[in-house]
Amino acid sequence: MVGIPPSGEGSRWAIEARGLGKRYRRRWAVRDCSFRVPAGVVCGLVGSNGAGKSTLLNMAAGITRPTGGSLRLFGTPVAEAGVPARCAFLAQDKPLFPRFTVEDHLRMGEELNPRWDREVATRIVRSGKLPLHARAGALSGGQRSRVALALAFGKRPDLLLLDEPLAELDPLAAHEIAGLLMSEAAEQGTTVVMSSHQLSDVSTMCDYLLAVADGRLRLAGEVDALLSAHSLVTGARLVDGVPPEIARHTVVESRVVGRQFTGLIRPEGPVEGDWRTGEPTLEEVLLAYLRSPGAPPLITADARPGDLDDAPEVAA
Amino acid sequence: MVEFRIDRHGGMAAYLQIVQQVQEALRLGILAVGDQLPTAARVARDTKLNPNTTLKAYRELEHLGLVEARPGVGTFVSAVPAQARPLGDSPFRAELSDWMGRAHAAGLDWADVSALVTAARAEHYPTV
Repeated sequence: MVGIPPSGEGSRWAIEARGLGKRYRRRWAVRDCSFRVPAGVVCGLVGSNGAGKSTLLNMAAGITRPTGGSLRLFGTPVAEAGVPARCAFLAQDKPLFPRFTVEDHLRMGEELNPRWDREVATRIVRSGKLPLHARAGALSGGQRSRVALALAFGKRPDLLLLDEPLAELDPLAAHEIAGLLMSEAAEQGTTVVMSSHQLSDVSTMCDYLLAVADGRLRLAGEVDALLSAHSLVTGARLVDGVPPEIARHTVVESRVVGRQFTGLIRPEGPVEGDWRTGEPTLEEVLLAYLRSPGAPPLITADARPGDLDDAPEVAA
Repeated sequence: MVEFRIDRHGGMAAYLQIVQQVQEALRLGILAVGDQLPTAARVARDTKLNPNTTLKAYRELEHLGLVEARPGVGTFVSAVPAQARPLGDSPFRAELSDWMGRAHAAGLDWADVSALVTAARAEHYPTV
C-alpha cells in the first residue's frame, strides 16, 4: 500500500469508525461497525441491497447522523451538519440541475468551494469532449457522471465517497468513467471509498475492502491480506459433514458435490491430509462471506481501530 | 511505451500480469533500456487498474533489477533480462516427447494425457 506518509495519527487514517450504528425505528441499518481505512487507498464497499452500504456512506458524508458510536475522518470527528470540508460525496443518482448547462455547473462549483481547482474540473470535462453549453438534462448517463466527477474532484477532496459510481452506465461509459476515477485519484492522491455490486470492478479497482451484510461488517482490510488469509480446499469426501482435518481451521463456507468436498477456509496452520489447496479469487471470498451469515467476520489487524474500549468488539 | 492488458478472469494477480508483460516486452524488444513505463495514472485510465497495483508491479520489477524509479519523473527500463535458455534442445523436451509417445502407444487419448499433465502441473506448480 502506498498512500500519504503518516504525519501523526490523525492523517494516517481517512476513516475511523468505532462501534458505529444507525437505527431507523426498530431496524438497525448499520450495527456495531468498527474499522478504519488508511489514507491513499481505493476502498470497495460491498454487500447486498439493504446491507447498509449507503447508510455507511451517508454517515461518512455527514448526511445521516449515527445513532451510536464514533466516526472520524482524518482524525476529525464528523460534525452533524453537512459534508466535511475535505470530503466529497457523489450519490448514486449523480444529482445535477437539469436546466443548468455544463458550464453553469462548473461556475457553481467554483463559487461554492473556496478550494476550487478550476484546472482539474475543466480538464475532466474537456477530456470527455462535453459540449459546455449543453443542459445537464440533455446529457447521457456517462456524460452526467463525468460532470458530477468534475464537480467532485474540483473540490480537491482528500476523501471521495461514491455510491455505485458505475451503476446504470453502458459498458463503454463505465470503462471510461472507471478509468477517469482511478487516474484522477492517482494524480491527486485522493482516498476513494466506493460501493459497488460489480465484483470484477472491485477486484481490479480496489486495494482495500469493506464488506457488509445485514448492517454488520463481515470483512475489512487490505485486499491482499484478505486473500492470503484464505485457502480454497478441494478433495474427496470420505465422511459426512466437514472432514475433521478441515474443521480444525475456520470454515467460512463448504459444499459437497457428489464425492467432492470444497471449502473456503481461514487456515490456522498447515492443512493436513490429501487436500488440494489454492488461493481463492476476491470474488470467491466475497461471495462466500455474503452467503454465509454464520461465518465469523475477518477484520484484519490493520483495519481495526486502536483503543476500542468504548465500543463493542466486532469480531467475536 | 507499452500498453498492458489485464485479464480479470485468469486468476493471476494483476500485478504479476504486469510484471510478466514487462518481462515479455523486454524479451521481444518492444521495450529497450532507457524506455519509460506508463505512469500508474496512465495505466489506471486505460485499464481501470488500481494505481497502487501498478506501483507494486513496478517495485517488483525494480527488485528484479529490470527497471529503476526516478522520483518525480517516472519508471525507466534499466536492464534487459538475460536471454532465456532456448527450450528446443532441452533434455526435458525430449523426455516429455518420449513419455507422450509411450502414452499414445499405450492407447491413452488426448483427454487422458491432458488430465495427467494438469494433475502433475497442479502438484509441482500449485500457484500458477
